[in-house]
Amino acid sequence: MDFQVVVLAGGNSKSLTPLVSKDVPKPLLPVANHPVLYYVLHQLEESNLKNLIVVVEGEDAGLLVGAWISGTFVDRLHVEIAAVPEDIGTAGALRAISHYLTAKDILAVSGDLVSDVSPGAVAATHRRHDAVVTATLCSVPISGSSELGSSGGKDKTKKPGRYNIIGLDPRKQFLVHIATGAEVEKDTRLQKHLLHAVGQMEIRSDLMDAHMYAFKRSVLQEVLDRKDTFQSLKQDVVPYLVQSQLKSQAVLSGIPQAEEDGNKKVSFPNNQVMVSQILANASTPSFHELYSMDPDGFAQTRKTHKCCAYIASSSSYCVRLNSIQAFMDINRDVTGEADHLLSDNVIGPSPKLGTKTTVGPHCMLGEGSEMGDKCQVKRSVIGRHCRIGSHVKVVNSVVMNHVTIGDGCIIQGSVICSNVQLQERVVLKDCQVGAGFVVTAGSEYKGESLARKEK
Amino acid sequence: MDPRRTARTVSDPKVRQVGFFTPAPPERSISDPPRFQDPIQPPSPSSTQVNDQSPSGNSLSPVMIPPAHHHSDNFLRTALQATSPPKAFSYSAKTVTIPPENEDVASLFSPGRKVVSAKSPSSFPGVKASSVPASELTTVSVVNLPPGISEKAGGASVEVQNDRPVSAKTLKEKTSKAERRALQEAQRAAKAAAKAEGTKASSAASKVVTSANTKPSKATKPSSQKNDGSQVAASEKKGDDRAPEKDRKKDAPHPRMQYDDKSRVEKAKKRAVVKQTEARNRVELFRHLPQYEHGTQLPDLETKFFELDPMHPAVYKVGLQYLSGDIRGGNARCIAMFQAFKEAIKDYSTPPEKTLIRDLTARISSYFLKNRIAKLPLALSESEAKSTLMLDIDRFINEKIILSEKVIVKHAVTKIRDGDVLLTYGASSVVEMILLHAHELGKHFRVVVVDSRPKLEGQLLLRRLVRKGLSCTYTHVNAVSCIMQDVTRVFLGASSVLSNGTVYSRVGTACVAMVAHAFCVPVLVCCEAYKFHERVQLDSICFNELGNPDAISKVQGREEINYLDGFVNQENLQLLNLM
Repeated sequence: MDFQVVVLAGGNSKSLTPLVSKDVPKPLLPVANHPVLYYVLHQLEESNLKNLIVVVEGEDAGLLVGAWISGTFVDRLHVEIAAVPEDIGTAGALRAISHYLTAKDILAVSGDLVSDVSPGAVAATHRRHDAVVTATLCSVPISGSSELGSSGGKDKTKKPGRYNIIGLDPRKQFLVHIATGAEVEKDTRLQKHLLHAVGQMEIRSDLMDAHMYAFKRSVLQEVLDRKDTFQSLKQDVVPYLVQSQLKSQAVLSGIPQAEEDGNKKVSFPNNQVMVSQILANASTPSFHELYSMDPDGFAQTRKTHKCCAYIASSSSYCVRLNSIQAFMDINRDVTGEADHLLSDNVIGPSPKLGTKTTVGPHCMLGEGSEMGDKCQVKRSVIGRHCRIGSHVKVVNSVVMNHVTIGDGCIIQGSVICSNVQLQERVVLKDCQVGAGFVVTAGSEYKGESLARKEK
Repeated sequence: MDPRRTARTVSDPKVRQVGFFTPAPPERSISDPPRFQDPIQPPSPSSTQVNDQSPSGNSLSPVMIPPAHHHSDNFLRTALQATSPPKAFSYSAKTVTIPPENEDVASLFSPGRKVVSAKSPSSFPGVKASSVPASELTTVSVVNLPPGISEKAGGASVEVQNDRPVSAKTLKEKTSKAERRALQEAQRAAKAAAKAEGTKASSAASKVVTSANTKPSKATKPSSQKNDGSQVAASEKKGDDRAPEKDRKKDAPHPRMQYDDKSRVEKAKKRAVVKQTEARNRVELFRHLPQYEHGTQLPDLETKFFELDPMHPAVYKVGLQYLSGDIRGGNARCIAMFQAFKEAIKDYSTPPEKTLIRDLTARISSYFLKNRIAKLPLALSESEAKSTLMLDIDRFINEKIILSEKVIVKHAVTKIRDGDVLLTYGASSVVEMILLHAHELGKHFRVVVVDSRPKLEGQLLLRRLVRKGLSCTYTHVNAVSCIMQDVTRVFLGASSVLSNGTVYSRVGTACVAMVAHAFCVPVLVCCEAYKFHERVQLDSICFNELGNPDAISKVQGREEINYLDGFVNQENLQLLNLM
């Protein structure tokens, strides 16, 4: 279909420390015992997209991710890994691999997206309108689910006022305005001519940008080349394209093409015009076309491009793993309501359970984990090869692989990374414990982030 | 196809009055047919007699033309003449005839080229040949025709027809025949659903048989076509084509599935690419037509975007646009489809160990293109073959659509006089061109654009006309009887003209035509000849398109009008949105 898929997997994420470390880059962060990248790749594979470019920040992370992918998706996907320097942003990453992009359109997917929105639908919308960029929007998850997952206070999501403002045309097909996060703090500016052309704009703040974009390659590359300060797709490139849609300077692949066509058949120049006119008249003109026309004539005088929006249906699941809160939510959802995201079975083979140990619904136990007597596990995910002693309570938590939990521990709303040792009678509430950390016996923590000091 | 054809031949001219019909003087209907006969089968004495009697016969000189197949040149001339002399009588509804022009073009552009000339004719002749016997009751002519021609005709016409509708045919790789068929089926269904288009307006309605007016028009068309066909035959070796044509005929899918036949529906479903949920409350009278839950097809097709890999993106895009109603109007759809095919051919490369002719035919299921591909000489290199095909497509667009529109416009403009009030219904590209051209010529006239819910296509037309400075009146179809008093002429577009003279157009066209008839206003139907089809249809019930029932319960821009919300699930309510 002439689409190239780029998965922007990212690397280290500050918002996810201490869960993310050098050994566990963000793409490999396990969500319900699968690295988060798995969800994206799985989704793409389902859509029959087998040739992917995965961009990872940092050489080391690149190697790790590469190793994991080749182990997991061998013979299933054809993946190329590109490691880019850290902190160059999503736009920078695309810029770095720009010369590998050859297809007509590019589908850029964030690697931390856990969703069941079909990439095909986005691509189809993009094609249908011949858009320059198509952004996937989904309804914001109700993050009021704080009854349980109220994890650390360090979440950036908790900052008030961090939301998106998205303007749509009346038919909800085109993006008219997009402003995200920080920009929205005080006021937001709209362009008058844009409003004038659209006539009516619907402003939504309940939509979230899912970070799945389809770009027209030529335009994307041109923008990246010309605006080398652009760092982020979401904050720079897409808003730029949206704003300039009625006076696009870039772009314009449409127009040169038409000229080429015209040259080919010099014999019927007139007919060519008629053909295009018939075609143009056949469809309801979007505001772009109306704007680009002279007030009285048919000649296109102004260059425009289209920015489309694909709005995922409200029933589809779509969350980005960009905060610890989101991490908790996703873990809970994937084992619970959104369990269709995982193709394999939820309960690993033969975990060893002690007597009188109960594992509630919406739980996941990795293979080879052992639990002692009289344990309680509720709404939690426990990784592989964990050893859990007796009288342990695990509620609303995520326990990764190779964790040892001593007798009598109580863990609530916490994330325990791999290779952590919890000695006896530890009480953790809303904590994050970094990889390899050892919590001494009898200690109690609440709302803290524990990690080994980086040497 | 065969059985149908025979049936057609049997059909009596009187049959035309089934469905909506306007009282036409009986003599005319009888008189018309002979004309048709003549060109093909000049000799039969009785027919000629009738011909002379026929009132409209005067305009049709081609009647006297000698048997077509042999003298192509003469034919051409005569045909041109015949069509061109505008009748003094304003009443004549004319469907402007393209064919003569086409021939011209063909000869102009490609003097030496057999292929080209062959092609344009081949697609047409079907219409002519078949239309002749069928429409105008002359079984004789059919029988007498050299078998080769009649065969060809049938096949060809089918092709043409198919190209358009089947539209989103695809290039596929290595798919089994069944799969291919499935795709085709699916695409067709998709298209049908999407076809918001007016393509198929109420058929019965479409019988724009406004009394005498239409008849002459019909007469002219077929005759001109015939000429074409005959020419073709002459220029091309009959022998060559015959065999392939026959084969193709067998391939031709059944024109339309009857959706109340459960086993067939089941089968079709299995093959379909697009998942279709049947609507629950279907109107009893239209139960045999496909009607699907609206809104389920598009998302479904969209999610399959990457799974239909073998399909060329351009083809897929056109399919999407059809389905979503982004492209409307027969001409635009046809052009869009051919351009997609062109793209596909451009990007095509023959896989190793296969020949282009065989492989490409398997991937493209446009009958027109298959025909062209099959006729490519084996010796042609791949690039040459591709460029030939692309040229063929260009030529088709130029000759069958663009040129024919030009001819129609040229002729129709002569019917517009200063002070006229012209009425048009919906948005027809040809009619629009006529109006604009007349305006450019400085004629002073007024336009009444009649529109109907829910598509309101007339608004787009209105916008463009007003921008050009025409003075317009806009109204909905329910006011047509009031506005008709002022109108001096009605111009209508058509999706198709069937071989029995039935005009096929957007739903509501018949109302307009009949109201015009009641007010004694002449009606002119403008239809390109590539839209002619050999099928015979007696009413609009046997084949029609059902749109989204929700569309009629909503009022655009008035969201507070929601009295019918949620009524779709009521057992005893059936909404009917004929398209």
